[in-house]
Amino acid sequence: MGADGGLSWNLVDDVRILLSYHFMLNAVRAGTIVAVVAGAIGYLMVLRRQSFAGHTLAVIGFPGAAGATWLGLSSGFGYFGFCVAGALVIAAIPGAGRAGNGLGGYGEESAGIGVVQAFALACGFLFVGLYRGFLSGLNNLLFGTITGITDDQILVLLVAGAGCLVALVALGRPLLFASVDPDVARASGVPVRAVGVAFLVLLGLTTAGTSQITGSLLVFALLVAPAAAAARLTARPVAGLALSVGLAVLVTWLGEAVAFFSPFPIGFWVTTFGFGAFLLATAYRAAADRVSRRPGVLAVAGGSV
Amino acid sequence: MTGRPVMSALGAAAPAGSGGAVVSLHRAAVAVGGRRVWSEVSLRFSAGEFVAVLGPNGVGKSTLLKAVLGLLPIVEGGVEVLGARPGERNSAVGYLPQRRAFDPGVRVRGTDIVRLGWDGHRWGVPLPWPTARSRAARERVREVIALVGAERYADRPIGQCSGGEQQRLLIAQALVRRPELLLLDEPLDSLDVTSQASISALIQSVCRSEGVAVLMVAHDVNPILSYLDQVVYLAHGGAVMGTPEQVITAETLTMLYGTPIDVLTDRAGRLVVVGQHDVPPDHRRASV
Repeated sequence: MGADGGLSWNLVDDVRILLSYHFMLNAVRAGTIVAVVAGAIGYLMVLRRQSFAGHTLAVIGFPGAAGATWLGLSSGFGYFGFCVAGALVIAAIPGAGRAGNGLGGYGEESAGIGVVQAFALACGFLFVGLYRGFLSGLNNLLFGTITGITDDQILVLLVAGAGCLVALVALGRPLLFASVDPDVARASGVPVRAVGVAFLVLLGLTTAGTSQITGSLLVFALLVAPAAAAARLTARPVAGLALSVGLAVLVTWLGEAVAFFSPFPIGFWVTTFGFGAFLLATAYRAAADRVSRRPGVLAVAGGSV
Repeated sequence: MTGRPVMSALGAAAPAGSGGAVVSLHRAAVAVGGRRVWSEVSLRFSAGEFVAVLGPNGVGKSTLLKAVLGLLPIVEGGVEVLGARPGERNSAVGYLPQRRAFDPGVRVRGTDIVRLGWDGHRWGVPLPWPTARSRAARERVREVIALVGAERYADRPIGQCSGGEQQRLLIAQALVRRPELLLLDEPLDSLDVTSQASISALIQSVCRSEGVAVLMVAHDVNPILSYLDQVVYLAHGGAVMGTPEQVITAETLTMLYGTPIDVLTDRAGRLVVVGQHDVPPDHRRASV
């Protein structure tokens, strides 16, 4: 990143310098929108054990973006179009729309999803080849960039993100119910299948938005790492969701700031901070579980009934 | 079920639709994917009764619960649940499907699982500030967790609870909306013997204290035998219903399973069902 001011020890000045560039301001705006949505949807994705479907949707966005670039369109259209279409394709694979909780939940389906994923990646490679663009275009599509986010793009991200969050709140309890306990949810009148399809479409929109910041391959930095860290820190769904959003925003801001002052790309930094948060949360969980299992602290763990 | 008159002779084949019954089936038949699982099944029971559905694997015990829930079509005969057609009054039915335990990685508290039974079917999310409704919900969740004796581990992630603990929390979830009918599919499966006994005692006490009718599918009759009011035996496509003393006899069971079975009485007067161990290996396992 070309940082004229350079990094000083005065953090306020650093932030001021950073935000004085319009492209950085846009990067922070876009990053914040994307992080809030990815943190929230990602929490439910982790709860539903649909990380593999989420990853596939991200990979499906790659040929979309590459194809759109080849045709001279904005890559954003390609991301959104392909990710939502991909969500509907995955939903059409029998059994894939339901949460993967439970025995044998994801055997056949994951194979089907994997085949779709490989084909999508190959198509993306083809489109990049047809475009004959310079190589950094491919890098940006796969690993993300913070330069060149336009005001129009931010508006699209904002509308898509707000739509996702409204839909998530509307689905609310039935989505949680169908995720942790599909059989009982169905018996209680929750349309489990429809809720699963709706969630996949939300996941498609989220990965499309996130891909535009992190690139197709590093979507998980925002979609999984904060959510998985939050789930290790708390077992309360609402607190976990809020924590996941908070971590995603923090990781994005840190990643963007450090990328601005360093020669290394944003995708690396966001992913590294997400990974760090996940490691810390895992270490905390292991330590907390060890304390609670110590004899005398909690009366006979595992003692039946 | 033609050609097996002994079954209908034993069955409590009261006509469907008469008052007082929580569930009544009258010569009902159900089909899954076009295949008729059982037919000519007649049974009825009332509030506060603890009824077990027994029988070999694959005779359609779980299918019976799903038919009562209205999840499967009744192709013949009459079925009435809480005075209505199956599925119409499911808000007054608590259901615990057959399942494995929650995966250890499931990091959602037992309390949250119980709460989903209360309002998990309602769209949207609760208001973020406390309301009369949210207080009532919390109060009811606490009450039902106390009823099943799960206070100690209700705030732990459910994946980290033992099988018996999870089963208590799931029974609490099924009970939280004050159902008139509780449908339990193999709740004792994969529990150790102590847990089986205490869960059986819990179900009976809930049945009595809350006046709930309980229809429970079981694989093994022995842990629950002393708590039961009635048993339904499904076998060979039909059913026999009666009190344990009527149905659990060596003659009836041997006829139903098609393999020699003994019924013994222990010193306390309890019945114990024993299968013979010279069952050929290709015989469908009859674990009674």
